[in-house]
Amino acid sequence: AAAALPKRVKVVEVGPRDGLQNEKNIVPTPVKINLINMLSETGLQAIEATSFVSPKWVPQMADHTEVMRGINKLPGVSYPVLTPNLKGFQAAVAAGAKEVSIFGAASELFTKKNINCSIEESLERFDEVMTAARAANIPVRGYVSCVLGCPYEGKISPAKVAEVSKKMYSMGCYEISLGDTIGIGTPGSMKEMLTAVMKEVPVGALAVHCHDTYGQALANILVALQMGVSVVDASVAGLGGCPYAQGASGNVATEDLVYMLNGLGIHTGVDLQKLMDTGTFICNALNRRTNSKVSQACCRL
Amino acid sequence: QESQASGLPEYIKIVEVGPRDGLQNEKVIVPTDIKIELINRLSKTGLPAIEVTSFVSSKWVPQMADHKEVMRGIERHPGVQYPVLTPNLQGFHSAIAAGATEVSVFGAASEAFSRMNINCSIAESMEKFEEVAKSARNMNIPVRGYVSCALGCPYEGNIRPAKVAEVSKRLYSMGCYEISLGDTIGVGTPGSMKRMLEAVMKEIPLSALAVHCHDTYGQALANILTAIQMGVAVVDSSVAGLGGCPYAKGATGNVATEDVIYMLNGLGINTGVNLYKVMEAGNFICTALNKTTNSKVAQASFNTGTI
Repeated sequence: AAAALPKRVKVVEVGPRDGLQNEKNIVPTPVKINLINMLSETGLQAIEATSFVSPKWVPQMADHTEVMRGINKLPGVSYPVLTPNLKGFQAAVAAGAKEVSIFGAASELFTKKNINCSIEESLERFDEVMTAARAANIPVRGYVSCVLGCPYEGKISPAKVAEVSKKMYSMGCYEISLGDTIGIGTPGSMKEMLTAVMKEVPVGALAVHCHDTYGQALANILVALQMGVSVVDASVAGLGGCPYAQGASGNVATEDLVYMLNGLGIHTGVDLQKLMDTGTFICNALNRRTNSKVSQACCRL
Repeated sequence: QESQASGLPEYIKIVEVGPRDGLQNEKVIVPTDIKIELINRLSKTGLPAIEVTSFVSSKWVPQMADHKEVMRGIERHPGVQYPVLTPNLQGFHSAIAAGATEVSVFGAASEAFSRMNINCSIAESMEKFEEVAKSARNMNIPVRGYVSCALGCPYEGNIRPAKVAEVSKRLYSMGCYEISLGDTIGVGTPGSMKRMLEAVMKEIPLSALAVHCHDTYGQALANILTAIQMGVAVVDSSVAGLGGCPYAKGATGNVATEDVIYMLNGLGINTGVNLYKVMEAGNFICTALNKTTNSKVAQASFNTGTI
């Protein structure tokens, strides 16, 4: 039976980072800045701006410093940035970042392939970031990838997800975003995984980051909400394909998420029309169709 | 065991509407032999019910003009139902003559939609359906009732759950064995689905209810999940998500059967349907229609080269 849903949900917009990083076309700096500025006007409280990672690895985010310095920072809106290590953290703070994110994974193979080390080693690197962040009073958000399945390992045990989440939370991350990286999860596996994680991390510190590669994202998010999760990541226009399934979709579209939350009477503070306009802008710039069904349908709101 | 523990149905009947609802709403008209091939392929997937065609005047629905040939041409697999739409007594007789053994009638919870769609009021449409239901009863032919616009209407906007319950009850009382509640323009969300089902469940036993969700706003699977959490155990869907939305140009319509099955498999719910075979049937019809599938599962699977 459907349980009581949260009255408010914080939507964390990852389009400018997770979205653009996984698009085929690279977008010029002024377009990125305009995208983030438009998103800032929609009522979103958190917009992931960029990634302080070496441009050798992630060329799409090479302009991280310019983007960080160029955007309008609205009061009450946070602009977290990815920082994979201490060096990235320091560059981020120098560029004006006031919140950072670190990316762990519940899969050894994925960690090895993605950042070329073991889970344990990645947590040691993060520890350095945590120490520096604490000293600078900078909040840190922790991501756990592959929570419902891994492109290399296949099945991932909920206990492993709980273990990695607990470690990152204990290190000092204020929030843990649980990512269904390849979108393979269903309401069944989401429930199982959250049950395990909620034994180790309070539900108020949990977020879900669902990919829509198999069309399951909104159903998975609904289950998470039913279990008390009240922070949901999404990407405007569903930007960002899946690097593991060529041509398949990736992030869930923020418009479609907000549509569902509106229908459930859950407060987000987000203006859906302004969000759709922003999606239209970035899709034109990328010369692609939106992945948001709400945007596609468009005419009956 | 997994589904039982969560309070979800152990088994869900999938009603495949691709060959009728799907193809009726595609831009390209498909030749008779392709329709027959599609239905034959679907018959081999384990689907328990496949809506084959519509015995409606070809003047109104040219895509279904070949209803007799399709009905007569398909393989009939034992244990599989092949319902057809029959808007009135004339269509019903024609369907029976062509070999149909189950029929469907299409009501709506919106007066405006009823007028625009079938050119009469809800009350008048119910009278026509009564005639069909009566003849069907005499011939031992089961009748399925559809209620369109259950979560919103392209003309009236908001639709009251009480109205949906009233129309559903009328169809059920005249002898429909099952009532399929359709979110015709896909505007519904888990919130409105829940309220609507609560109202309808006061009038109709749960086991006689089905949901027919459109994915126009990407809400279909979340809405279906809500319905099955409330105990609904029959879900309509369309292979490859065939069938756009006639009310929102370029937008999608029916939810894709593949995506529904993927979710139900993940929930440990039995459907009896082979997902891979459905994907193959979807691939077949999309190739014939020269279009990309609307199923995300099919998109992801064919692209990784793994299933």
